[in-house]
Order: sequence, then structure tokens, then C-alpha cells
Amino acid sequence: MMAQVAFYILAVLAVVSALGVITRENPVHSALWMLLTFFSVAGIFVQLGAEFVAAIQVLVYAGAILVLYLFVVMLLNPRAGGFIRMPAKYIIGSAVSIVVFFQIAITVWSSGIFKNGTIGPLPYAEGMNNVRAYGNVLFTKYLVPFEIASLLLLVAMIGAIVIARKD
Amino acid sequence: MELTLAHYLILSAVIFALGMTGVLIRKNLIVMFMSLELMLNAVNINLAAFSNYLQDMTGQIFIVFVMAVAAAEAAVGLALIISLFRNKQTINAEELNIMRG
Repeated sequence: MMAQVAFYILAVLAVVSALGVITRENPVHSALWMLLTFFSVAGIFVQLGAEFVAAIQVLVYAGAILVLYLFVVMLLNPRAGGFIRMPAKYIIGSAVSIVVFFQIAITVWSSGIFKNGTIGPLPYAEGMNNVRAYGNVLFTKYLVPFEIASLLLLVAMIGAIVIARKD
Repeated sequence: MELTLAHYLILSAVIFALGMTGVLIRKNLIVMFMSLELMLNAVNINLAAFSNYLQDMTGQIFIVFVMAVAAAEAAVGLALIISLFRNKQTINAEELNIMRG
């Protein structure tokens, strides 16, 4: 029972704050709503037994990426915060995403596997926990992708410096 | 009603659709980027839910790779926005129509 209550609270928080992100005119308010979304999603991760990922979510998304967004918003101080002016585009944009949502929802609901798929705590061997199991997989089976991810971040860092530099 | 995989998939679909709406209806490039992050978060929920359902750590590993890509994308994208603002004095997606898009 507790799990359901927690899930619904987190889900409502995530959806409401996501709505806040896309409906606030001021980009700073959008960014602060997004902070709430990130924390709710971190809660969902905890519920799914992914504690390490939840910690990374708070550290990387809420701690680093969001601060980057806030920096840029405050650096540029843009006045054009609002929505696109043409109502027709507005309606089409919303309609397209509603259609996409129902496509996903119908796929999920028409599939018995998804409907009956149970969610519960992951079984770990004696002396194992989420972080230890995570590290075991990440640094053995996925070592090469991990190194490539670091290379990607290096390239992104150099690229960002080169692009944003005054010449 | 017990929590099933479908609960999490529907939640992620809702967040994905909201992010998509944000990309389509906003004209501020920074907020469009934020909506993109929302969509990536929805994907992450999906990965975590399937990781739990299949009792396999791989989904959680991929979440970290998605986060690395999101961080790289945010850094490069915001650098592009800064460069754009320096040249055009605007980040309004409607006014950036030099290529008649």
C-alpha cells in the first residue's frame, strides 16, 4: 500500500512540475519547476530499486545540468519567454503529442506482458547491494562504452568552449 | 491495485508527451532544450522500469549513458545558444528564420 501511495504522489508531482516547465513564461520559473521534476523522477528511481541512479540523477541533473541552464538563462536574460504566437501551431503541437501519448498508452495497455509485469525489489546475492552490483556490471561488461562516454564528454567540453568563445 | 510495469510506462509516456508539447509550442530556445531534458527523463524512467521488470542491471547502466549524452547535449546546445544570441541578439525560435524555415 505504501508503495502505491508513494508512486502516485511522485507521479503527480512529476507530471505537475513537467506541466510547470512547459507553461511558465519566465525561463527561470521553468528551470525551477524542472528541479522538482528531477527530484520526483529520482524518487521514482528509488522506488524501482535503482538507488545509485537516483543519486546520480540528483547530482548530475539537478546539480550540474540545471545550474548550467540557469547560468545561460541569467547570462542572456532573454525577453522572448512566451509561446509561439499562432494558435493553429499551438493546437497542432499539442494534438501531435497527445496522439503520440495515446499510441504509447494503447501499446502498453494492449500488451499483457506490460500489464501483468510486476515491479518489486531486485534480489541481490548475500553481501550485494545496488551500488556494488552496478559497479560490477559497469566496470566489466560495459567498460568500453563507459570509456567512450568519457571521450564523448571530453569532446562536448572542448566543443562547447570552441563554440561559445568570443573570436 | 498493485503497481505494475504499465504504471511506470504510462507515467513515462505522459512526461514524454509533455516534453514533446514543450518543444513544439514554446518559442524560447532554452525552454525547448529543457523540454528535451524532460523527454530524456521519461526515457530514463522506462529504462529503470524495464531494468526492474527483467531483473537485469543493464537498464540502469544505460541510464547513466543517457545522462552522459544529455550532459554533453546540454553543454554544446547551450554554447550554440550563447553564440546565437551574441550574433542575433535573440533566442526566439520564430525570429530565427534566416533559412526560411
